[in-house]
Amino acid sequence: MAETTFSAGLLPDDNAEHVARAAEQASVRTRWALSLPSLLIIGIFGIVPLLVIVVYSFLGAAAYGGVEWRFSTDAYVGFLFQKDIFDDTLHFAPDYLQIYLRSFLFALGTTAICLLLGFPTAYFMATRPPAQRNYWVLLITIPFWSNLLVRTLAVMLIIRDEGLLNDGLIWAGAIQKPVIMLYTNFSIVLGLFYSYLPFMILPLYASLEKMDFRLVEAGFDLYATRGKVLRRIIMPLALPGIVAGCMLVFIPALGAYVTPLILGGGTHLMIGDLIGQQFGSGRNWPFGCAQALILMAFVLVTLTLYVRLSGGKVQQHG
Amino acid sequence: MHGQAPSIAPRVAAAGEAAISIERVSKSFGGGEDIVRAVDDVSLAIRKNEFFTLLGPSGCGKTTLLRLIAGFEHPTRGRLLLDGQDISALPPFKRPVNTVFQNYALFPHMTVAQNIGFGLEMLGKPRAEISATVDRMLKLVRMEELKNRRTSQISGGQQQRVALARALAPQPKVLLLDEPLSALDFKLRKDMQIELKRLQHETGITFVFVTHDQEEALTMSDRIAVMNKGKVLQIGSPRDIYDRPAERFVANFIGDTNFLDAELESFASGIGTVRLPSGARMNASLPVDAAVSNGKVSVVVRPEHARLTRDLASAALKGKLDTVVYFGTDTHYHLKLASGEPFMVRQQNTRDGAAAFAAGEDVGITLSDNAVQVLRD
Ligand SMILES: Nc1ncnc2c1ncn2[C@@H]1O[C@H](COP(=O)(O)OP(=O)(O)O)[C@@H](O)[C@H]1O
Ligand SMILES: [Mg+2]
Repeated sequence: MAETTFSAGLLPDDNAEHVARAAEQASVRTRWALSLPSLLIIGIFGIVPLLVIVVYSFLGAAAYGGVEWRFSTDAYVGFLFQKDIFDDTLHFAPDYLQIYLRSFLFALGTTAICLLLGFPTAYFMATRPPAQRNYWVLLITIPFWSNLLVRTLAVMLIIRDEGLLNDGLIWAGAIQKPVIMLYTNFSIVLGLFYSYLPFMILPLYASLEKMDFRLVEAGFDLYATRGKVLRRIIMPLALPGIVAGCMLVFIPALGAYVTPLILGGGTHLMIGDLIGQQFGSGRNWPFGCAQALILMAFVLVTLTLYVRLSGGKVQQHG
Repeated sequence: MHGQAPSIAPRVAAAGEAAISIERVSKSFGGGEDIVRAVDDVSLAIRKNEFFTLLGPSGCGKTTLLRLIAGFEHPTRGRLLLDGQDISALPPFKRPVNTVFQNYALFPHMTVAQNIGFGLEMLGKPRAEISATVDRMLKLVRMEELKNRRTSQISGGQQQRVALARALAPQPKVLLLDEPLSALDFKLRKDMQIELKRLQHETGITFVFVTHDQEEALTMSDRIAVMNKGKVLQIGSPRDIYDRPAERFVANFIGDTNFLDAELESFASGIGTVRLPSGARMNASLPVDAAVSNGKVSVVVRPEHARLTRDLASAALKGKLDTVVYFGTDTHYHLKLASGEPFMVRQQNTRDGAAAFAAGEDVGITLSDNAVQVLRD
């Protein structure tokens, strides 16, 4: 090796080229070897389960859960159509689509509320003295220390008819009889908002904290009012955080399972519950798998659109 | 907010009238034990169309004073007038004053042209006017070709020019510049100094310039305010500040200086007679606006206002030459006076080198008639 390297300097080009190519091949081999563990992890935990889901979604449902090994598109057809019990004709049945639409609206609303309340919070945190900021971050992450189920049940205890909120309001004389909040759209969005708010605040904080606040002063100096500074300087510079925060809230909110289950009381189903049902009481694994894939496709399309719209702007000042 | 930068009481300006009056302004940060008096009872008047410099060491309160004018800070005490109107309570976006920030603070998500047009856009100017002004500004700072670049794609010197153009575009009454040249390398800094003077001349805008570089202050300013520890020690033309420093700090901060203890024997109308340690009597200028009394005073002599001589009899001071340092254009002679104090003489070199003195020599020092300045203490 040492010899070839040495002669490479002396002999004509083809030899030098050969040495260079060998070195490059060696480095390519090492690179592959080094990335093998991550590739394995991606393969085993990411791609294989996905393939299982894809395969299962095209199988028949067994009567008591599980699958029958025969090719079938029933799971996908059943998403949009209902088979007439008498003559086997297909009727368009938008019940499931409605669940999708509701989930989409809930997730969108949750994202909007999280952004609306998360932005001022993150801004407040980012403008504290540096020594204080870590405590604020810690405070935001404290909810993660307890289980989502427990937290959701806590929300339920607070807003139910004899809950803390209603009792308090009645005691204060603001209302005569309890306001029904639990098992409504409100309770679901409240629960989702509460669960996912930190996922909005943290990326927003990260991008606001990096921001040079002298730019804000420059804005004020150039006759921008507070609103203009927010819209023309702070928001564009926080855009990467806004995009990340919205994705981190929207995607899990769309597929949320526990929150709508507990706070919706089973009457306001979201996609996550629909999928969950198929593996439980519904005993229709292929349908559950198909739903999971449709949800994925839905997220993919939404995200592509979203990134198209906002991503271009993010890249411009990356 | 249509039209000009938010205008404040349009009045006809007489030449020499104050653009900005700072009246007994103080600004403190924190409180109790840790209180920092960043600006401490400062009063000054900045004239229209003037290149006014705040000069002082780091931490003396220059930036704070500038930020008070811009509106980013509000005075703890005192008030600020712009064109005779009290602006102390106005937010920055209502003051017809623009700033060139130390780090430029260009908007990274906008192009060069968008940066320059931002102020005009915020003032609600029509699009055509903005575009025309932006082009004029680009031309003024010689940046036409880089109009559509992102600010991250241009060099430090170019960013500096964009920052200048951005601040000049809304035609402010006063332009504030916070050490705008300190990040540039030597050559570029020299070029920009000339450029800044040209811009000030062409635009006729009042410049308030902050620097800790005494040479920069001397070469560029119409007037200089020397600051230390939140206080303004002296205000005057570069010549005044250099030739007639009012106190020890000013004399020390600007240029090389010799300090001597002397005795003021008599004085009348700005001129006094001092007795130097050597016993020689000299005429001396008195501090401009401070009362003096006969007795012990400190006086300063600039090294280039003294000359060495071998004629000891006629010399005002006598001493022994310690070291001789040759600088090409001139030579620095470091002496020890008979009274024990150090003294430096700077003498221009001539081609024939006739008057060269050597270390170890006993020499005399002659002072020109108005070389001695009495300090107020
Ligand atoms: N926002 C602030 N909070 C606390 N102290 C400050 C603040 N701004 C400036 N100071 C203090 O005020 C003094 C003057 O600062 P500054 O005006 O920046 O000086 P200069 O620009 O002359 O270097 C310094 O001691 C500085 O630490
Ligand atoms: Mg400063």
